[in-house]
Amino acid sequence: MNESGDRILVGNQREQVSRFRARVLLFVPLAAILFQVYLPRPFPFLGYLELPLLVTIYFALMRRSQIGGLFVGALIGLAQDSLSTKPVGMFGIVKTLVGYFAASVGLRIDVEHPFIRLVLTFFFYFFHQVLYWVLSRGLLGEQIAFEIRQTLVLGLLNAIVGVAVFHFLDKLREPA
Amino acid sequence: METLLHRHRDKTVLVLVIFAQLVLIAVQVRNDQDVRMIRVWSVTAITPLARVLETLRGGGVGFFRNYIRVQDAREENRRLQAELDRLKMENRFLKTELSTADRAKALVAFQQRYQPKSVAARVIATGAGANSKVVFVDRGSGSGVEKGMPVVTPDGIVGKVIAAYPTASEVMLVTDPEFAAGVVSQKNHIAGTLKGEGGANCKVEYVASEEKIEVGDWFYTSGDDRVFPRGFPVGVVRSVRSASPYKEILVEPKGLEHGLEAVLIMLEGLHQVIPEASPPNAPVYLAPPPPPGPGEQAVQPSGPAGTDADRLRQRYQQLGDAQGHKFGEGLPGSKPPDFNLKLPAGAAGQTPKPTQGAEGASGQAGEPANSPAAAPQKKTTPRTGDEHAVDKPANGAARSRPLAGSQSAPSPPQ
Repeated sequence: MNESGDRILVGNQREQVSRFRARVLLFVPLAAILFQVYLPRPFPFLGYLELPLLVTIYFALMRRSQIGGLFVGALIGLAQDSLSTKPVGMFGIVKTLVGYFAASVGLRIDVEHPFIRLVLTFFFYFFHQVLYWVLSRGLLGEQIAFEIRQTLVLGLLNAIVGVAVFHFLDKLREPA
Repeated sequence: METLLHRHRDKTVLVLVIFAQLVLIAVQVRNDQDVRMIRVWSVTAITPLARVLETLRGGGVGFFRNYIRVQDAREENRRLQAELDRLKMENRFLKTELSTADRAKALVAFQQRYQPKSVAARVIATGAGANSKVVFVDRGSGSGVEKGMPVVTPDGIVGKVIAAYPTASEVMLVTDPEFAAGVVSQKNHIAGTLKGEGGANCKVEYVASEEKIEVGDWFYTSGDDRVFPRGFPVGVVRSVRSASPYKEILVEPKGLEHGLEAVLIMLEGLHQVIPEASPPNAPVYLAPPPPPGPGEQAVQPSGPAGTDADRLRQRYQQLGDAQGHKFGEGLPGSKPPDFNLKLPAGAAGQTPKPTQGAEGASGQAGEPANSPAAAPQKKTTPRTGDEHAVDKPANGAARSRPLAGSQSAPSPPQ
């Protein structure tokens, strides 16, 4: 196994828990939410970016704490809900689960590798969209169709953007 | 337990956070019947338990009663009660709406239009609260029940559905203070609004003080509230007090009279005709007169005179009989009877009724039986309060006629 493979599999042994300043934990999700709220108005194509989700995935992966991950997801989701027209809790539940599972994954594999990040982001984006669709139908009774092809394409797009965003956020980590 | 929670702390926290957010959503979201999802979920979670408890209770009681005490009698009673309920409904339907229609057609209409549009339900729980006048029944939106549907029994209305859950429905009883329904009295068709009082009785409001409502009057649904179909019995008036500007009318609801166990939820309303009240001077049965004793003459009963027109008609009839005149016969221009003929005072206002036997006994075709020629044997028996002469032909058939008229009837029949 080459060096890259070793890094992937032994990530939990090194137990690299990334730490962030409080203001980073506060302002980055806030900026992501504001980005999603305001920027799609002048630039509609940016509406396809799920920046709050990407931030949730990033912090959950890097914190490597399931409780921390689920709380990050819950808070970002609830904040996103508060600015949406849907009942408060819809994004909260979905992002709570994303944060929990992302942190669980972060505990087991090394998430520093860009390809791993790409795959994980793509997977969690798809998981997020499916779960939201299920909740909308189950809890709200909304008869909406699930566009699987569009979701896959957008998942890939968000995954690519996510790798870049993660690279930027890596610079905000506190040095070990 | 504590160790278990500590060991799975992350999963416990996850479940709690998810559950909290689910509750948050449930508080905000309402279903298509405008009921909060948290209530839907609560009732859906509780009612199966209530149903199981009710089934266990009913099963236990049923076992005790059926197998130890009166097994056959209870089964028979249950069957007969169901049959009675069905017959009551059928009878009411036939009596009211379809009184003018053919009976077979009415029955077909009842079965086709009425029964499939109602669903039988069992009361499984009562609402929380000391003064609650709300019950839960074991039929919900899964059975087609919707908010606002009327709930009835064969005896009368029970209430209306205020919330429909998947497995149960919440029914507000007529005695609930928030209940209201449009009603109309049976006798004089006076409209009012039925409202619950929180007790055993209801009140009918907005009936003007000059309207005539009496104790014992029935109230029926008017159909104006668009909830209850017209013509369903509501209850009977127990007390009426005059007040200004509206009467204070207390009504005993009949739908709750025999307790609440099984009810019908009307999935689709079917208006009926409010049955007419019995007239106050309804005809009563009168036994036939006693047979004449030895040496007595049979007297035909004379009907009581009704209106002035009736009395005038009877007088003309007597005048015609006295003069051997038959009204409706004779050519135009023929001599009419003398309407100024003096009749004896007691004969006025009485209705002489010719007897068929007397006609035959006269033996003279075309000649009135009461003409002097037709009454060869005549016995006059003065009777108190009934001034009639009784002609007794040879065969014993009796016939009454006015006294004076028969004496002065010179003109032949025309």
